[in-house]
Amino acid sequence: MKVLVTGASGLLGRTTAEQLRDAGHDVRTFQRRPSGVDGAEDVLGSVTDADDVDRAVRGVDAVVHLAAKVSLAGDPADFRRVNVDGTRTVLGAARRHGATDVVHVSSPSVAHTGTSIVGADAPPADPDGTHGEYARTKAEAELLALGADGDLRVVAIRPHVVWGPGDEQLVARIAERARTGRLPLLGHGAALIDTTYLDNAASALVAALGRLGDDDGTVRGRAYVVTNGEPRTVAEMVAGICAAVGAPPPRFRVPGAVARGAGAAVEAAWARLPLEGADGEPPMTRFLAEQLSTAHWFDQRRTRADLRWAPAVSIDGGLHRLAAWHTARA
Amino acid sequence: MTSTPADRLPAPTTAPASLPPDGLPGLDAAWSRLVVVPETPLVGALGWGSETHAEGDPASSERRTAQTPRDGGDRAARQAAGPRPGRTWHVLDTGPVLAERGVTPVGTLLCVHGNPTWSYLWRDVVAASLEAADAAATATRPEGPPDVWRVVAVDQLEMGFSERTGTHRSLRRRVRDLGDLTDALGLDGPVVTVGHDWGGVVSLGWAVDHRDVLSGVVLLNTAVHQPEDRPVPAPLRLALGVLGTSTVATPAFLETTLALAHPPLPDGVKDAYRAPYATADRRSGIGAFVADIPVGPEHPSADELDRVAEGVRRLDVPALLLWGPRDPVFGDGYLGDLLDRLPGAQVHRFEGAGHLVAEDVDVAGAVRTWLADRREAVLRAEPAAFGEQPWASDEPGEPGARAHVAGSVEREATTEPHGADDGHDGVVGVHVTRARVTHLAGERATVATPDGARAPLWRRLDELADDDSTALVEMAPSAGEGVRTVTWRLLARRVREIARGLHAAGVRPGDRVSLLVPPGADLTATLYACLRIGAVVVVADAGLGPRGLTRAVRGAQPAVVVGERKGLAAARALGWPGRRVSTTTLPAATAAALGVETSLPDLVDLSVVTDLPPEPAPTDLAAVLFTSGSTGPAKGVAYTHEQLAAMRDALAGQYDLGVGTGLVAGFAPFALLGPALGCRSVTPDMDVTAPRTLTARAVAAAVAAADATAVFLSPAAVANVVATSDELTAADERALAGVRLVLSAGAPVPERLLTAVGRLMPDAVPHTPYGMTEGLLLTDVTLDGIRAAGAGGMDGATSAGGADGPGGVCVGPPARGVTVTISALDDDGRATGTPGVAPGVTGEVVVAAPHVKDHYDRLWLTDRESRRGTPDGDGATRADVDVAVEPGARWHRTGDVGHLDAEGRLWVEGRLAHVVVTADGPVTPVGPEQRAESVAGVRRAGVVGVGPRGTQQVVVVVETDRGARRPGLANPELTARVRAAVGLPVAAVLVVPDLPTDVRHNSKVDRARLATWAEGVLAGGRMGRP
Repeated sequence: MKVLVTGASGLLGRTTAEQLRDAGHDVRTFQRRPSGVDGAEDVLGSVTDADDVDRAVRGVDAVVHLAAKVSLAGDPADFRRVNVDGTRTVLGAARRHGATDVVHVSSPSVAHTGTSIVGADAPPADPDGTHGEYARTKAEAELLALGADGDLRVVAIRPHVVWGPGDEQLVARIAERARTGRLPLLGHGAALIDTTYLDNAASALVAALGRLGDDDGTVRGRAYVVTNGEPRTVAEMVAGICAAVGAPPPRFRVPGAVARGAGAAVEAAWARLPLEGADGEPPMTRFLAEQLSTAHWFDQRRTRADLRWAPAVSIDGGLHRLAAWHTARA
Repeated sequence: MTSTPADRLPAPTTAPASLPPDGLPGLDAAWSRLVVVPETPLVGALGWGSETHAEGDPASSERRTAQTPRDGGDRAARQAAGPRPGRTWHVLDTGPVLAERGVTPVGTLLCVHGNPTWSYLWRDVVAASLEAADAAATATRPEGPPDVWRVVAVDQLEMGFSERTGTHRSLRRRVRDLGDLTDALGLDGPVVTVGHDWGGVVSLGWAVDHRDVLSGVVLLNTAVHQPEDRPVPAPLRLALGVLGTSTVATPAFLETTLALAHPPLPDGVKDAYRAPYATADRRSGIGAFVADIPVGPEHPSADELDRVAEGVRRLDVPALLLWGPRDPVFGDGYLGDLLDRLPGAQVHRFEGAGHLVAEDVDVAGAVRTWLADRREAVLRAEPAAFGEQPWASDEPGEPGARAHVAGSVEREATTEPHGADDGHDGVVGVHVTRARVTHLAGERATVATPDGARAPLWRRLDELADDDSTALVEMAPSAGEGVRTVTWRLLARRVREIARGLHAAGVRPGDRVSLLVPPGADLTATLYACLRIGAVVVVADAGLGPRGLTRAVRGAQPAVVVGERKGLAAARALGWPGRRVSTTTLPAATAAALGVETSLPDLVDLSVVTDLPPEPAPTDLAAVLFTSGSTGPAKGVAYTHEQLAAMRDALAGQYDLGVGTGLVAGFAPFALLGPALGCRSVTPDMDVTAPRTLTARAVAAAVAAADATAVFLSPAAVANVVATSDELTAADERALAGVRLVLSAGAPVPERLLTAVGRLMPDAVPHTPYGMTEGLLLTDVTLDGIRAAGAGGMDGATSAGGADGPGGVCVGPPARGVTVTISALDDDGRATGTPGVAPGVTGEVVVAAPHVKDHYDRLWLTDRESRRGTPDGDGATRADVDVAVEPGARWHRTGDVGHLDAEGRLWVEGRLAHVVVTADGPVTPVGPEQRAESVAGVRRAGVVGVGPRGTQQVVVVVETDRGARRPGLANPELTARVRAAVGLPVAAVLVVPDLPTDVRHNSKVDRARLATWAEGVLAGGRMGRP
């Protein structure tokens, strides 16, 4: 099958393209910079340009759509142009060119505000209930994508906090802050959070594409949160990543309330998917502080049953791989 | 005419009926309808002056008839269009909706609210009617479609959205009003009345008058009788004192009632209750309702209340009482009175719920369950049932007239409101002829007593009545100095004397007698005396504390409390019910102060005037024993005489106890059976409320005094006996060397303690039985047995199953006569498996034995659940079980989880309520705790789940040897070691200075509390102490 991966310059997009390639698919990638995926056909361009999109989509059977503007601040119009209009353009092109399957990559933030999430599934996207332009536009995009299920076969996947080797967002920032002694822990650090090891997030997208192809209709028009299914306390995750990259663990705490008003930026990356468009480091926001001082973990039963997927790499396994990668690089 | 409290109310006004506003939470506008109901006269009533004052007002009549029901085709509406003016009611009625859907209901639930609520109270019952219709239409349930009951929930006149008629309506009027309504609606099928508060009385009045169509009664916090010896409840006295102000001029009475919900009502629901009572005019009926409560025999409604109260005694239909004990008005005394009138009723007291029990708990679900369980009794068709008219003798000129359309009844009596009696009182007599045989609460299949029925508990006392050997030894009797020894002859005589004295004092079979007497001769004699005369002994452990005890005693509603001065003082201070009997004769002033009527010595004196009454039957209730409260609020556990006798026989068989055995009775439940076994029982010198005060020397002295070969102790006592063993003298040690059996009962004891106590009594075999108040002896294991199981499990070391197995505490093989089965847990952690004996299956421990409880007292739903999925189950929950049980055995779900091993030994893995239900299935706590405790540096561990059931995460909370100063996350090293040891996915490891332990057993981790704490902390909440 010929599969287009949009936003393949990001870590998750690239990894997904590689896994699709390894699974025997004919892979085309589409993003502004070269994807660096060996064996893939690279189409350069932007989802904001209909002609670029047209070129990219023409001739493929399926689209895994990751391209998005990921940031916590910025011009609302930019978010809308990339996330909402871009998605609409991709869907339209897919229809026009006879692609059948679309895996739309979304985010748990499309359905949740800053309050704690304890074992929730994936409620419908709610643009009006979200915080910030990213979540709002991603919510609209998901509704658009799932609404297009019909002549197309569409599923939305919401990976939560993806990390792994090569991660310039979360891992790199934690490591950098920790080394310079600027890594605080918010509150007591005991809030449980779900994260997703990179390879697992990618394999979930591949599995989702496969399930669309099964044509039993199970996953069509539905949204799924994807995580490792191993919630950990914030403190343990941060300490684990620090240990893997040889950085000292956080040595001081910032009360959650202080953090909410402060500009401690390190955690910004937590809410970011490693996707296209890392333009500038967003400031610490109240939303982020809440994200990091309250629980965010999910019920994975429906995801695993419907996608017939389970994470292949555990949190501990992922940390080992991260450490090995770091050692090899150093 | 008698002046009534109603005279102090403002004059009632008139207002038409209306429909409730849209959007009230839980209410669907489609359920509402207005029904015009012709009013039949209340001839001969001792009515109130205002009763009919608006009757002759043509304008108001016209206004009323102008009211048209929403349903234009309604029969009542057509009738109301005739010459007779009607009253317009607002009712919630699922009849039209069901008819639209083509569903034929099996009968009708006629729901009557009290004061100051309205039919909104029954919205969940109404919704359940339609849900059943949905299920009947769509479901393919194995047990068949559910019955659909039509629900008619009325707003009584002057109340809710029904008409304000300009009258104050008396109880008699209200009973008749309801009959007028059901006539207008043409209710002729099986009807089950459902009533709350004073609506309960009205519904019962209707029930008494409509025996031909009545199929059952459901009552929620109500009363039909004010006992002469009890004052009117204070809140009512208060309301009567400021009647007009509190009930009408201001919404105080309404607001007070709405504030009685537990937990508090949401604002939207409160507003819905307020909706029909917005102004003083609208509240007139609230005041009139309060004023109509007969506070004395001279009250105009007293006669009608008495008529209803007596009529209830003759209602031979199934009855269900759902009760909220936290009710400042309708206390447990009224429940007791209702039970006296409806002895077959099923009762559930919802601990923690109050007056608005329908808001506090799932009353609709309870009613649905009851109707399904009692289907046959409720729906039993009798050919004569529906042809006979209750009023046939009422109005000889028009037999059966009121059975027809109500509007056709002539109203010749309107002009003589105070005329001759309408013969209403005769109704009851007519209808008694239709005696209906129903199977009530006691109908559960009771297995016939095997041949050679068990001797009652007091039989040994009769046999040994002329024996001068020692029966009881009290090492430190509370009354007096020195050791007290009682011979069998004396004990038997005392028992007979107290039995006769109690009987002479009016204590009757079935009367409950609460014993607040410390263990010893007085307790033993009183206990056996009560049993002998068929009184039901109520025993609650002082360890429950004043609050727990008060709750227990209030719930059990004893007729008599026997106690020492201290206990009686507590009873007085805490306002416990019951006549008071002191163990010793108190000075008159003290007795008066404590409300004490008599004393045991006085009863002995009184005994000469009477003979012993006949012995109670083996199946009669003998005792209510309260659970320890370690697994939720204390529950009353009811035993019959034959079940207690079976308990005695189980003990005798298991431990080879019999006539002549000397027994140190340090564990109360078993100790009380000493005389029944023929054992010589010694009460050691100890503070019974603090078993951990028992010393090794005190045990040795007790052993020596009775030449005891058996020693029964509680776990806390064992610990202290071991701790004080240094004090033993050589003589003490010689005495202890004669002991052959030492038993620690009540909770599992660590192996090292059992080993240590075994060293004190070198020739004794240490045993620890597994059991509970509901079945005192279920399994038994010896110290050697524990070691053979490879356990050390009790010390929290490795379990036999290893890290792969489920782990648990080995409590040994089933005791004699006991069948132990496992009801496997499903993926949701619910014990749904058919009870079986396959090894290695984890599930709820389900037992069957002749000495298992008869039922939980006044906890019908709890009791039902405790028999679910067994041959003793009710309705759809009954299931055959393919294992052998003793004749007379009863089934009981223990609420514990565990498994059987290949040798048939039981391993307990925790409480069912504490099972963590992960996405990968259920996790029982004890095994993982034991494995966590195997980690160096971990002193104790608690395993709990956080998150929603089905996707919970396992969390391990530990106490460390070093002792943490404050709670927090475990360090990475400890976390890793605990994870490795536990061998299951663990989301977090937390360290606390002290794990919370439950109130009763200082050794049991309070996992419920721990889970709540962990849930908060791991959601990002405050890191307080658990």
